[in-house]
Amino acid sequence: MSGRETSGHGTARTVLSGEDIGRVLTRMAHQILEKTAGGNGVVLLGIPTRGVPLARRLAARVRAVEGVELGVGSLDPTMHRDDLRFRAVRPLEVTDLPDGGIDARTVILVDDVLFSGRTVRAALDALAEFGRPRAVQLAVLVDRGHRELPIRADYVGKNMPTSRQEAVAVRLTEIDGSDAVLIVSEGADR
Amino acid sequence: MRHLLSTEDLTRDDALRVLDTAEYMATVADRSVKKLPTLRGRTVVNLFFEDSTRTRTSFEVAAKRLSADVINFSARGSSVSKGESLKDTAQTLEAMGADAVVCRHPASGAPYRLARWVRGSVLNAGDGTHEHPTQALLDAFTIRRRLGRLEGLSVTIVGDLLHSRVARSNMWLLSTLGARVTLVAPPTLVPVGVEQWPAEVSYDLDAVLPKSDVVMMLRVQRERMTAAFFPTEREYTRRYGLDADRLAAMPPSALVMHPGPMVRGMEIASDVADSTRSTVVEQVANGVSVRMAVLYLLLGGTREVT
Repeated sequence: MSGRETSGHGTARTVLSGEDIGRVLTRMAHQILEKTAGGNGVVLLGIPTRGVPLARRLAARVRAVEGVELGVGSLDPTMHRDDLRFRAVRPLEVTDLPDGGIDARTVILVDDVLFSGRTVRAALDALAEFGRPRAVQLAVLVDRGHRELPIRADYVGKNMPTSRQEAVAVRLTEIDGSDAVLIVSEGADR
Repeated sequence: MRHLLSTEDLTRDDALRVLDTAEYMATVADRSVKKLPTLRGRTVVNLFFEDSTRTRTSFEVAAKRLSADVINFSARGSSVSKGESLKDTAQTLEAMGADAVVCRHPASGAPYRLARWVRGSVLNAGDGTHEHPTQALLDAFTIRRRLGRLEGLSVTIVGDLLHSRVARSNMWLLSTLGARVTLVAPPTLVPVGVEQWPAEVSYDLDAVLPKSDVVMMLRVQRERMTAAFFPTEREYTRRYGLDADRLAAMPPSALVMHPGPMVRGMEIASDVADSTRSTVVEQVANGVSVRMAVLYLLLGGTREVT
């Protein structure tokens, strides 16, 4: 499925459909099992908002494939961001670590879009306040490039070269009512 | 929000945002590292023209947990007349580059004057007999945590209403958040104009207790009393003190609150203050979370008004 819709600000192009997202997540679940030797001691921590349902979906797929139960939780990195004083106050989201914490576990951070890398840096700092994981990995549904820090993902759903004038919008059923990844191009006048 | 001067002008959305943010802050106290880097490089000045251990320490802990620098400026006993000294102090703070000023002052309205003189945010930590907004926010937070809601609850505030900024702040905030507030005091300690407040007034504590979900006891503020408002302490205690018999008359789930400092044996009996229904110790712990939330919401973003 690939469609084009126009909105007030420009055009939105569907890059991943609901079915595509399903296949991508299944592949990522297999890669996680492969790279972590069967998910041994793995905790999936979603970064709010959309990383949290993605982490739950990955855990469900791992359970379906190998019957392994991974720890799932969420980690809000807001209080560790380096851009707080340049924006309006951000509301705080839930941080919820699974029982047993993160000490000596392999933590996989899960987010929808990897862009500048600053959110992940903040999440790494936030993580250190809860303990010392054996290793930290990163899983993202979309890598859109334009990194501003030396950060890369271990599991990538789709590499999506974009220009800085474009925006990547991830929609998930749990939050938005349906699944899709869109690239939104802003109007030529902006 | 740019300043926190009163709960009277706090909107329902802003109040709920503080309480929700405080829920997050409360989880920080359970972590192995009880510190967040969020306000690194910001300066918070504690400007106290009046005695306070609890509130000043609470703000200090809150600011330090958010990594702000804290300067304690105790300006008691100045011989300069109050208006002038406040302005001089404001200019000093301005020169030191304070991002937030936490102000307690014996004169009602002093933080409002201060807010016009400094560029940073002003937090009212108690002004005269006017308001004490963070105390009301932490009380509301405590009630919501214990009883799960504020909407529709009956909250009774008992004692020295005339001198109590805690009562005023709580009455405004709790009614904004949907609670029914009843004020109980001897007639001599009920302020003029009380009929315009969003609260009922009663002189009979025993009639109100069985209908109360929360009973908030106030300290009798001897230091502010310039006349004889009641015959004897014993008579006050007999009519308006909360003892074990009165606790038994309250619904089984009802809470007993006190902003502190308590005068045990006067407005509250010792065994009531220490009972499991009393939230006195929780209120202190919650105070840090709520003040962290307020500092974050005032200082955690751009300086520009949004």
